[in-house]
Formats: sequence, structure tokens, C-alpha cells
Amino acid sequence: MKIDRRCFLSLGIGATAGTALSPLPWKLMDDISIWSQNWPWTPVPPDGEISYTDSTCTLCPGGCGITVRKIDNRVVKIEGRKNHPVNNGGICVLGLSGPQLLYGPTRVQSPMKNVNGTFQKITWNQALSEITEKLLTIRAEGRSHTVAGIAGSSRGTVPALLQRFLTAYGSPNFYCQSSIEDSFSLSHIQPQNNKTIPGFDLENADYVLSFGTGIMDGWGSPLRMIQAGNAWKTGKTKLIQVEPRLSDTAAKSDEWLPSKPGTEAILALGIAHVILLESLYDQTAINYHSEGFSTWRTAVLAHYHPDKVAEITGIDSRTIITVGREFGHAERPVAIFGRGKGNTPLSLTEMSAVHALNVLVGNVNKTGGVFTLPEPNYISWPEISLDTKAETGLQTKQIAEGGLLHRLPSAIKEAEDSVTLLFVADANPCYTLTDTKEVIRAFKKIPFKVSFSSYMDETATLSDLILPNHSYLERYEDVPVTSGLRNPLIGFTKPIVNPLFQTKHTGDVIISIARAMKGSIGSSFPWENYLQCLKNGLGQHWNPLINNDVVEIKYVPEFEDIPRFAFQIPNDKPQVLLEGNENNMNLTLIPSDSLRLSSGYIGAPPFMMKTLPDTILTDNNTIIQIHPKTAEKLGLRQGCYAILKTPKDEKKVKIHLSQGIGEDIISFPRGLGHTAYDRYLAGKGINFNELIGPVEDTFSGLDVAWGIRASLIKA
Amino acid sequence: MTQEYRKEKKYGMVIDLDKCTGCGACMVACMAENNVPFRDNETDKLKSITWMRVYQLNNGKSYPNEEICYLPRPCMHCEGHNGHSPCVTVCPAIATDYDRETGIVSQIITRCFGCRYCMGACPYHARYFNWWDPVWPDGMEKSLSPNVSPRMRGVVEKCTFCFHRYQLAYEKAASEGRRELRENEYQPSCTQACPAGAITFGDLINKNQAVYKMKKDPRAFRLLERLGTNPKIYYLSSREWVRRAGDNYHPDEETGIVKNHR
Repeated sequence: MKIDRRCFLSLGIGATAGTALSPLPWKLMDDISIWSQNWPWTPVPPDGEISYTDSTCTLCPGGCGITVRKIDNRVVKIEGRKNHPVNNGGICVLGLSGPQLLYGPTRVQSPMKNVNGTFQKITWNQALSEITEKLLTIRAEGRSHTVAGIAGSSRGTVPALLQRFLTAYGSPNFYCQSSIEDSFSLSHIQPQNNKTIPGFDLENADYVLSFGTGIMDGWGSPLRMIQAGNAWKTGKTKLIQVEPRLSDTAAKSDEWLPSKPGTEAILALGIAHVILLESLYDQTAINYHSEGFSTWRTAVLAHYHPDKVAEITGIDSRTIITVGREFGHAERPVAIFGRGKGNTPLSLTEMSAVHALNVLVGNVNKTGGVFTLPEPNYISWPEISLDTKAETGLQTKQIAEGGLLHRLPSAIKEAEDSVTLLFVADANPCYTLTDTKEVIRAFKKIPFKVSFSSYMDETATLSDLILPNHSYLERYEDVPVTSGLRNPLIGFTKPIVNPLFQTKHTGDVIISIARAMKGSIGSSFPWENYLQCLKNGLGQHWNPLINNDVVEIKYVPEFEDIPRFAFQIPNDKPQVLLEGNENNMNLTLIPSDSLRLSSGYIGAPPFMMKTLPDTILTDNNTIIQIHPKTAEKLGLRQGCYAILKTPKDEKKVKIHLSQGIGEDIISFPRGLGHTAYDRYLAGKGINFNELIGPVEDTFSGLDVAWGIRASLIKA
Repeated sequence: MTQEYRKEKKYGMVIDLDKCTGCGACMVACMAENNVPFRDNETDKLKSITWMRVYQLNNGKSYPNEEICYLPRPCMHCEGHNGHSPCVTVCPAIATDYDRETGIVSQIITRCFGCRYCMGACPYHARYFNWWDPVWPDGMEKSLSPNVSPRMRGVVEKCTFCFHRYQLAYEKAASEGRRELRENEYQPSCTQACPAGAITFGDLINKNQAVYKMKKDPRAFRLLERLGTNPKIYYLSSREWVRRAGDNYHPDEETGIVKNHR
């Protein structure tokens, strides 16, 4: 047969049509896609034996009990521990993301040394001998007081070991971040030189007046607060939320009082005025628990009439009177303080104004009220031995006056070599301290910085030496929890998995450095290792902790040791003033805290970032919330960009219009803007702390900045 | 003992929006339980895979009268009329099916070839497409659970009411010689994690279970109920504007509608 053109074409067309009509191309396409879908990069998690181990979460100060699910030796899930006194089975987004921190790319896998800006792996022996030599040299030069330490908390054996080391070494420079607990303590007169911490019996309260407290936004022990808050719903407890923005707490409250930012103290005094005027106070309880009532009473009655308070706070005077009466008449009312997550201390005036309400109605140390608890000092170690060098060192003044961490950066900048060596444990000051840029500048001035961080956070990135700690799922440690609990407790972490990397327990590192230094320093650390030191320190608590992971410290206050509340006579302006010039910066910038964003020293893991709504972050832009009228005045629209300027810095932000915030106020999400950590977190949004600076309370010196003046210009 | 192997169940949820605080724990509990992947940028919510997603609703009033309410949205496991869920009826691959034993709408990822008809059919946006292969940073694949297969690119995924937990619970019960699960033996991850106790899970047609009574609460409503999807997620809210937000109502119309699961 001859194949001519016509025949060739018809064959070709026939073949094409035939193939197209046959299932072949579709089948092939399907096969190819299935084949490529099965390329081995989709992991197949290996099966194994399931086991559950109880432990304690250390990712925030909440101290929740967790149950860790393992498959053979892998942690696959963290769940809330049932019947735990703090969280009873509940768990938050950060706690749930724990496995991502354990296995994530942010872990520091071995000791690292910073050589001209790049980190190099070194061995533990090298790291420890380097640090020991440095410490010995500094001490030999008689400058032991220039060694400082920053810890995430003042409680627990690891911060205590660091402090003990510094003391034995001869340095008074141990710091940790201040909190509302400090403000509370300062508003009391102590029988002994002790600290007083507040314990709220919220579960039994029947009327809760919250001054900006993020009950549903992460204040105190976040899950306990949510659970208490929900119990109020069924038990008909009323929640009144005083806050400038419609936070999740305000959204859940029975009544939201949208006060002008920073006027909480004045509103509290206005409410006190009502209680005083209508004699709803408990004179016996006041005499028992406090001092200075009568003069305070006169001052409040003279200056804080509801009409005047209404003018300043923006809350209607009738509402103030109603709240005052309800509070005075309630059986177990409680006023709760600390804005947002409660990480920022309050001015003494505000603290006193709010807590005065509790004292007035006599709910101190009573069911449903506020308890004045002593510091849970449960660690029992032998005395520290001090040699003459240590004694001389300890007599020097602290570098940051008053032991206040926020003063450290400026002290470092002012005096050359005031800090020659700094230890940072469980803290990330280069992110969490306000005026972060200046903090980083000061931090860089320190000749030698040592970080104990398990994760590559901002502070670790800027350190000279990283001595990585085990993660909280790999180590033994006591976890003291106060966080506003009625009964403080000691939680306990234990190794769920063997250490994945070449990490070492910070406790062990401190002990071995001390022992290597010999002399009185070495003899102050008579333990072979941290576990022995922990067992020794916990004493009677060791057995219950190893068996049950949690011990409640029950405390019943007795008359002799009750700290007495000191009524502060409010001056004309009990507000903490904002930094900035009112004329060119007429907006007020306040932070907004959310349980979906971690603003502490642990950055948000990938799962948490996934839960962020697109009204907080889009791409890498932080979104701020303003009222439509503010936007109109400034010529801004929904979704447009603007330059946010504060006395500290200026940043480009995206605008979201919201009816949940008053005019001329900007709400800014706290917890974004990390520069370190992994690509899921780094470079996303702006760090709120960079935009504000420390503002000191005139009485206490604490950094009580709750916001700052700002301006917005269309970008 | 009856001959019947397993009695028909209609598992469902009652979510109390008065209790929900919007903390997001259900979302992450779900991600961690079901090996849900994540990417560098998760801010494009159309592409961000969240089997459980918490929406924020507001009453549309102006300051200071605005109210907000959070609404967690898992898969509704619609029963439709006699098992005709919107997604099940359109799936050409039988990759999604209505299970008459449990009332769970399954998603069989190895059968799915990614046509996404089901996504178009689902009125709740409960289904998500894997536009990319999942990538876990080095080492993090150790945190994956063997109970749920990680999905590959090109398939649709959604909430399964943690069906693997049902299987595990059922196996355990069977090994103890029981054919019926106790009420709290099988609970999805979100229900277990919720610190507010806002989610209650159980068999909607079993008179002895909490959800049976709760769904009859006068506060109860379902999302887009009038589409006839017959969803198995009930919401409770004491606020009228929230209940109104659950469907498209004419301004003069009142809420309160037919409830189907008996």
C-alpha cells in the first residue's frame, strides 16, 4: 500500500483523535500526578508504642500541667493534664506547640562561640574552660562586681543557682524583669523584710472589677483565668472590664467600661468615692489590714467626685455610681489589676487606688478576695561561704540602681566597662525590654555575653557564647508558680525524652563552673550535679514532686505576719504621663495582648503564627487598629499603609478600622517583630517594645510605661 | 447480645459561643493532632490550612456598642437528607463519604485527585486544598503522629472529627469486650484541648449523652441551616445578633428554625 499525503494525514488525525478519545492521556496524566505525589518527601511517620507522661509547661509563668504523648521516643503531642490544680485538662496554643520548639530549627544544638559575627561549634570542655578562665581573671583583677546575671524569674532553683553563684563570686548584680507582683508588694508595709504577692480567689468571687486585666487574654496563669471566667458565667458572677479597647476580656464581660487610656487609677478612686460616701466600707477590716485610711478618705472625698472622674475617664458618672454601689453591696467582690497579660508593673498610685477597693470592702485574705501571700521560699540549701573578695564585691552598689533591670542598659552606656560579663538565663532582654534598640546597643557594649538559651533568640544571637540548656521536655526542674493563684504551687518538669542535642542543664553548667573555680565559690556548691542540688534544695517536696509533678503551697495568713496595706494619698495627677509632645503627637499608642501571640521570652512557634488573624498580621506587616473617625481625620483608609511615629522610633504599619477602640487611640499587637528564631517568625511585623521606652514611677522607680504618644501619617 | 454489630450513631458537637474566648487552642490542638502542615507565610487565610478555624464576628454597631463573638468552625459533617452531604454528592472519586455508622464525613486522601468540586460545594469553607507539598523543617517531622498520614500536594483535606481517635477508642473498647463506647472515650482533639469547656462532643441521637440535651437548648442554632445541609455542629449563643449571623435572614425575619437530628 502506498502512503500518500492524504493517507498520511488521515492516519495522523485518526491516531490523534483516537488517542484523545481513548483513556490513555488521561490515565497517563493521572498516573504521573499520583506518582509524583508519592515522591518520598512527604514523610511517613513511623509507628510505635504510645505512652503518656505528665510534666509541667514552662513556656509562660502559668505553670500548667501537661500530658505528653510519645510514640516510642518521639514527642508527638502535648495535651493539658486532667485534674491539675492550674489548668484541669485545658491547654493553650503555646503549650500545644511545644513539640515544634523541641524539634524546631531554632534549637541551639551545641555550645557556640561567636567569632566575628558567626557562630562556631565548640565543645563543652572548651566552652566551660573559657568561661571559667574569664571569670577567674576578672575576679583576680578585683572586679568581680562587674559580672552580672539576668534571669527570667526570681524564683526556682536555676535562677537561685545563678544568684548564688554571683553572690559567692562577689557580685550583687542579679536582675530579673519586674512585674505587677513588685508593685503589689511595694504597696504594703512588711512586718519583716519579705515580699508580698497577690493571690486572687477568683473562683469564689461574685463580682469582679477588672482594671484592664486580660482575664481572657493571658493574664497570670492564662488557662486558670479562662476557666474561672467561665465559671462566673454559670455562677452569675458579674465581670466589669475597664479597658480602652474591646479586648477578648471586654468582649466576654458583662459590662465594658471603655475608659480613656491611663485613667484607671482615677476611675478606681471615683468608685472609692462612691463607696466612702455611701459608707459601704468595712471599718474593722480596714483597721486590721491597712494604715493611713482616714487621711486618704478625706483626700478621695474631696477630689474624686464621680462627675469630675467622669470628665477625665470618659465613663459616665451614673455608671461610676452604679459600679461603686454594686461593688460595695456585693458579697465577695474583688478588684483585679495589671493591664493585659500583666507583664508591666503598675505605678504605686494606680496599684494602691485599685487595691484600696479590695481593702475598703474587706475582702483581703477572705474567700473570694485577695490574699497577701508570702514569697514561696522553699529552697533549702546550705549557707553560702564568702571569702574576702566576695565580701568586697558584694559591698559595691548595684550597677542598675535599685536592682531594676530596665535601668541596666543606660547604666552600661554611661560607664565604661561597668559590666564586663553578663549571664542571661531563661530571658530574652534584647526583645522583651522596652526601648529595645537602646537595650541592644547597651548589650553590644558588654565585652562578654553568655546566653543559656535553648533557642536561637535575639539575646542568644547577640551573645559571645551560648551554653544551650536542655529544652523543658528534656530536663528536671522545679517550676514555682504564683501568677495570681490563690495557693502558689511548685510544678515539676522531668525529662520526657533524652536530650536530642549536645545541650547541658544550666544548673549543671553553673555548678561545674563554680566547682572549677574552687575556693569558697566551689565550696558553696557542694553538689555533684544539678539533680542532687535540686533534691537537696526541695527537701520534703522532692518525693511528692517526683510522684505527682505538683505541690500546692497552702498558706493561711495569721495576724502577726499580715502585711499592712498603705493607703497612698493620691496627688493631683495620679496618671502616669506619656512620653512625647502632645502638640505633634496627639494619638495614644497602647499594646494589645492576645493569647495567640507569645510576648514573653519564648517566641511564637509556627502553629501559633498560623492562628493569627489577618487583622493582626498580613505578609510581614503589623496591622494596627484605629477608630474610623481617627482615620478620617488623618486621611487614612482601611488597609492602607501609614508611618507610625513615637518619640522612640518610627515604623510602617497597615491600618485596620475598628469600632472596638476609642478615638485617637492606636492598638498595636504585642509579640511580633522578632529578628531571631526561624523563618516562620523572624521578620514578621514590628516589636512593640521598640516603640516605647521606660517611664519610671516616681515612687517605686519601676518601669510603668503603659503606652506612648504617637502620630500617624499616610505612607 | 444483639446481632447488630455497631449501632448507628450521629456524632456531633455543641459549641457554646457564650463560653468561647477565641484563644485558638482548638485550632492548634487540631493541627498538632492531625499533622497539618504550615508555611512561612500563613497570613493568606484562603490558602492557610486550618481544619478548625476560629472566626471573629461583630454586631456591626459603632464604638462603644460593638460586641464581638468568636465562632470555631470545624467541618460540619453535614448529614443532608439521608446522608446526601453537599460535598459527598459531588465527589467523582468517592474520596469523601458519609459514614452511616458514625455520621462522620470522611476524607480519603489517597483517593482524592484534587478536582476540588467538594470545596465548591461546601458552604462552610471547611475544606482546604494542598497547593504545595508539605515541608517540615529538618528534624520537626519527628513531631508527626503516625495516626494521621501527612497529605501530599494536590489533595483536599478537612476535619475528620479525629476519626483515628474513634478507631483507637473502639479498638480499646472491643479489647475489653464492649461494643459501645462510653461518652467521653472518644473525643476529638479540639474538644479535649478547649480550656473554656466550650465544645461538647457526643452522639446527637443518644438520649443519655450531653449533646442530645444541649442541642435542644433555646439558644441553639446551626450555620446556614436553611440550605438543607443538616449540619452536625450546633452552636449556642444567648445573643440574638450572633444567632442571626448564622444564616442569611431578611431584616423582618425571626431566627429559630427546624432542628433535624433525632
